[in-house]
Amino acid sequence: MTFARHVVAVTRKELRQIRRDVRTLSILLFVPAFFLFVYGYALNFDIRNIALAVEDNDQSTASRQLLSAFVRSGYFDLTSVITESDQVSRLLDTGTVRAVLVIPARFGARVASGEHSTVQVIINGDNANTATTVMGYVSGIVGSVSAQYEAEARLASPSGPLLTLEPRVWYNPELRSTLFLVPGLIAYIAMLTAVVSTALSVVREKEAGTMEQIRMSPIGPVAYVVGKTTPYFVISLASSMGVVAVSMLLFDLPVRGSWTLLVGSVALFLVGALATGLLISTIAESQQVAFQVALLSSFLPTLMLSGFIFPISSMPVFLQYVTSVVPARYFLTVLRGVLLKGVGIETVWRDLAALAVIAAVLLTLSSVRLRRQWA
Amino acid sequence: MSANEVPANAIEVKGLTRRFGSFVAVNDVSFDVRKGEIFGFLGSNGAGKSTTIRMLCGLLKPTSGQATVGGVDVVRDPEGVKRRIGYMSQRFSLYEALTVDQNIEFFGGVYGLSPERLAERRAMVLEMAGLRGREGSLTRTLSAGWRQRLALGCAILHEPSIVFLDEPTGGVDPLSRRRFWRLIDDLSRAGVAVLVTTHYLDEAEHCHRVAIIQGGRMAALGTTGELKAIFADRPIFEIQTEQPVAAMLALDALPDVEKTSVFGTAVHAVLRARDATADDLAARLGQKGIAVRACVRVAPSLEDVFLDVAERGAA
Repeated sequence: MTFARHVVAVTRKELRQIRRDVRTLSILLFVPAFFLFVYGYALNFDIRNIALAVEDNDQSTASRQLLSAFVRSGYFDLTSVITESDQVSRLLDTGTVRAVLVIPARFGARVASGEHSTVQVIINGDNANTATTVMGYVSGIVGSVSAQYEAEARLASPSGPLLTLEPRVWYNPELRSTLFLVPGLIAYIAMLTAVVSTALSVVREKEAGTMEQIRMSPIGPVAYVVGKTTPYFVISLASSMGVVAVSMLLFDLPVRGSWTLLVGSVALFLVGALATGLLISTIAESQQVAFQVALLSSFLPTLMLSGFIFPISSMPVFLQYVTSVVPARYFLTVLRGVLLKGVGIETVWRDLAALAVIAAVLLTLSSVRLRRQWA
Repeated sequence: MSANEVPANAIEVKGLTRRFGSFVAVNDVSFDVRKGEIFGFLGSNGAGKSTTIRMLCGLLKPTSGQATVGGVDVVRDPEGVKRRIGYMSQRFSLYEALTVDQNIEFFGGVYGLSPERLAERRAMVLEMAGLRGREGSLTRTLSAGWRQRLALGCAILHEPSIVFLDEPTGGVDPLSRRRFWRLIDDLSRAGVAVLVTTHYLDEAEHCHRVAIIQGGRMAALGTTGELKAIFADRPIFEIQTEQPVAAMLALDALPDVEKTSVFGTAVHAVLRARDATADDLAARLGQKGIAVRACVRVAPSLEDVFLDVAERGAA
């Protein structure tokens, strides 16, 4: 009874403080929305409308077919036609085009006779990621055109290609990187609101001296922590689900798995995040320090080491080991599984267990430290 | 309420010691505070006042020694101690972003008051702090004096029989201070034991008994009258003169002058001879060419006592 009364008193006080504190309120409400828009729209790894120039030294039906295959793919826009070879470097230097397709003379004749032929594609490599993607598109297009010619030439049959490749991409058929990124965004935003707001709110009480007053009162550390973190837990959970809802509206994010599993996983992840915030508050004595520690210990790993942006499998082995203590890594696997693949608990239980272990360790650490400081 | 079954000694401290590494913050301190007594704790910064209070409130474990607060052992049952005491510090630990009413409600929850009791106590606190009609004001908009009275009200919401006030009057105007001390007197008359630390020596005059703590040790303890008795054999004279520096030099040269100090615009001299007279001292200064405007024997103030104790402690 007393315990419940303590918790209610602290929770109600905290909610009232949050409502009056514009800074905290904006961290909790505005920042998630801001990040969602900025990252959702800006962090887009799909490349479309690549400006393409063509130097067609053949001017045959075959060369026009090849060019139209590029344009029809939807990735390339034909913006320039080159008549003199020295135009190539100028167009690339000025950035007018990103890729140049050079079709050699006698291309059509060689293709018709089934001879091997080479077309050249020059790609602006100033952005390696873009260049790699463009290269992938080019080989895909050229490969399929080549297969077609090969089949036509071998059989000399006008009935069309015998063999075509039919690629099928699962979970994200349009290969929209947004779909891949939104789960990461949810992890990122949950981390931000939960860790930072918890750490700051406890450290603020230390700075103001109200912590000392509470320690002199009959409220125990457990009632204080439960009362204090409950509002942030509820707000972070609501904020995360809000991000899911907005992503469904704006980015057509599917929720293929169960909502219960989704909410449960977010809640489990948030418990760990709140414990991290609490742990930081037992270390930091000022809000600035708390903010910086929170930034270093949670944002950066969540951003860099969780597989949000960089795939874990392409990291150096050492870093791959480091990622095993980053909770967002497991959380992301669960989210991508539940949102995009529609898998159930039987598939993601290992990641959920890892999240539970991390949350338990953080809670233990922070409560031991808090209890020692509480006296 | 168990708070009413307090023994005659609200606080009993025996040989209380606290070390931090090799530093002894509180060294073998013993004292009692009786029910309804206002007990002053004087000492310079870092003398060990706050460490003592923290041990008595159950926040810090003593290295050795014993203390009971409201009959409860501070080491064995710190939670029991916290339920029986009220604590208020110089920072008036209120939530500035909350209103007066919301602060009262919060501390009501902290002390586990029932809604009916809270309503009753809320009325009392508003009355006491003079905040009736300002229940909805944000605490940060209140003046320091109001915040101080509200903080005291919040600290005694649960009607504790023992109240700790840690430098409660810092940064508050003299009128508010006086009003605050009237509230402390009321508490004392209602039987509440009050342990208050302060550097304001005039405030210490309100205390029934005063302890002076120096370098972690209890340097003096008694009523203000008893403390001033250390000057019973050493009369203090106040000399008004145009030449205070020359007067001090002349006084220091006299064999029966123990020490001199500047006191406002006047000079205070402590003499070793209990039968020394003002006229004699003025005459002797006159012989040395000091124009004395007035020389009177004055009663020792607590400031004289404090300085005297501090000097002897330092020696």
